[in-house]
Amino acid sequence: MSQETVIEVRDLSNRFGSQVVHEHLDFDLYRGEILGVVGGSGTGKSVLLRSIVGLRQPNAGTVRVFGEELLSLPAERRSQLERRFGVLYQRGALFSSLTVSENVALPLIEHAGLSRAEAERLARVKIALAGLPQDAGSKYPSSLSGGMVKRAALARALALDPEILFLDEPTAGLDPIGAAAFDQLIRTLSDSLGLSVFLVTHDLDTLYSICDRVAVLAQKKVLVADRLDVVAATNDPWIQEYFHGPRGRAAAKAAAAAGRQ
Amino acid sequence: MTTPYLTSQQTSSTDAASSLRLGGDWTLAHYSQLEPQVLALRERLQGKESVDLSDLAALDTAGAALLVELFGSERLRQLSKQSEFNEQRRALLLTVADAMADSQQAQTPPEPSVLREVLGHIGEVVESMWHQGRALLGFMGLTLTSMLAILVRPTRWRLTSLTAHLEQCGLNAVPIVALLTFLVGAVVAFLGATILADFGASIYTVNLVAFSFLREFGVLLTAILMAGRTASAFTAQIGSMKANEEIDAIRTLGLSPIELLVLPRVFAMLIALPILTFIAMLSGMLGGALVCALSLDIPLAMYLSILQESDLLRHFLVGLLKAPIFAFLIALIGCLEGFKVSGSAQSVGEHTTSAVVQSIFVVILLDALAALFLMEMGW
Repeated sequence: MSQETVIEVRDLSNRFGSQVVHEHLDFDLYRGEILGVVGGSGTGKSVLLRSIVGLRQPNAGTVRVFGEELLSLPAERRSQLERRFGVLYQRGALFSSLTVSENVALPLIEHAGLSRAEAERLARVKIALAGLPQDAGSKYPSSLSGGMVKRAALARALALDPEILFLDEPTAGLDPIGAAAFDQLIRTLSDSLGLSVFLVTHDLDTLYSICDRVAVLAQKKVLVADRLDVVAATNDPWIQEYFHGPRGRAAAKAAAAAGRQ
Repeated sequence: MTTPYLTSQQTSSTDAASSLRLGGDWTLAHYSQLEPQVLALRERLQGKESVDLSDLAALDTAGAALLVELFGSERLRQLSKQSEFNEQRRALLLTVADAMADSQQAQTPPEPSVLREVLGHIGEVVESMWHQGRALLGFMGLTLTSMLAILVRPTRWRLTSLTAHLEQCGLNAVPIVALLTFLVGAVVAFLGATILADFGASIYTVNLVAFSFLREFGVLLTAILMAGRTASAFTAQIGSMKANEEIDAIRTLGLSPIELLVLPRVFAMLIALPILTFIAMLSGMLGGALVCALSLDIPLAMYLSILQESDLLRHFLVGLLKAPIFAFLIALIGCLEGFKVSGSAQSVGEHTTSAVVQSIFVVILLDALAALFLMEMGW
């Protein structure tokens, strides 16, 4: 596959004190694909995400998003670039003093230059797209359930029609039906909008049902990044345990059954 | 990415069966520009027009939403089938159309008028004050019964916890209480000296300082300081435990949060506040003595003998008796607000503020009522 690369990470190293999280890590994300990032706890999945979106200055190495190094850009240019990706944080990170629709409308008002009424109207569409009932728009994040917070955060991440979507464990804490619907939503949006998705997850069902490629973080680098069947066949104890343990087998079986239908 | 040109034309606008041509980039960048046109055109659309979407270049969810606004979900579904869209664009249109079809059924209620909102807000505040008062009285009863139940069973006294809280809200507060009351004592003496000098009665400054500190300022200043310092700490401690579901864990373990968390704090305050009040009285009068010695030429020995001659025991007792009452209320309000915290860190902050405001309010209100009552009784 020769595709356009939207994120290019080369020789990345991240250290916290004496603890090395990443060392000589190389990583690519291609346009239009959904890439699942998996790895054990503490292998630095979230740190990788934070390094890519520019929240963390890596100790060494380069991170290029759309061919530009985010952290070395002037603030104005960087802000323009940041509008082209949306991030869904692990716990939603909704602004607790704003209602859901104000949360979604905020980037529309600030960046797209819409009036408040227009932004609210468009926010309603995004909220519906994320699968939330309309009355959720006027609620404050504190009165939403965990799954609804995730959906509201997705609506905000999608507000500016980003080209890259970063999702940090989007289906954690959702019920299986909600999680499956969420997966499908991401697949649909990715297909129809040409979204590139960087998806940190532990959810094997998500990997099997929507990911084009899977990257495995282990031993301080990306051990392998390829199609799921190739990754699952990789000879590494952790990968074998992960994909061929009881949960992995169940998810594979479910995916195969869904594929036959 | 194509050049962002945009045409939303209609060949003959007035005829019923006219045709409609859409083209260009229907994206977020042009949303403000397109929206009024769409809304204006929508009124005149009758659903029979021939629609040409072949010139459509870029399309995102904002543009798709506008198309749904223009044609309605049903019509757009048909259009997306007959047009020469690729698979992805059709999927986008259908997704947005479906999402909006669901949402359009739910009408948003109209905004209430300002007057209604103001009246509603007043009603809410009054109601919440009523609930607050009820909750406080209920909590007071609960604490008192647990207190009595525990008093007869010394094995269930939480001495470690009590000592820790005693250090935190008693011992650690000594410097600030002493310094503050010393300064206020000096200020009161200055005020007294200035006013009383006009009557040639500067010597009564001593009585003024002693009287005010023993009866009112000692206990009042200490209680206000404790309300700010300790009530907030209690709320934050218990509130963060509540947010972390620790209170629920205590309950499911068959333990009583009142016994474990509230009683040690209440007892610590009941012990600490009278002691601190005594310190406050002393250091306030010391501040007065310093001013008297330095600027009124009343030496310390004379200051003390004036104190000795006047009948101050009564005032001292009145002041000191108020201390445990204030202590009890401050501790109760602090703990109760902690239990009211719900989930978020923001809620902890809100309730901490509320605890401080409430306890200062209660302390001053009660002090004023007590002053009136005692004055009438001639005590």
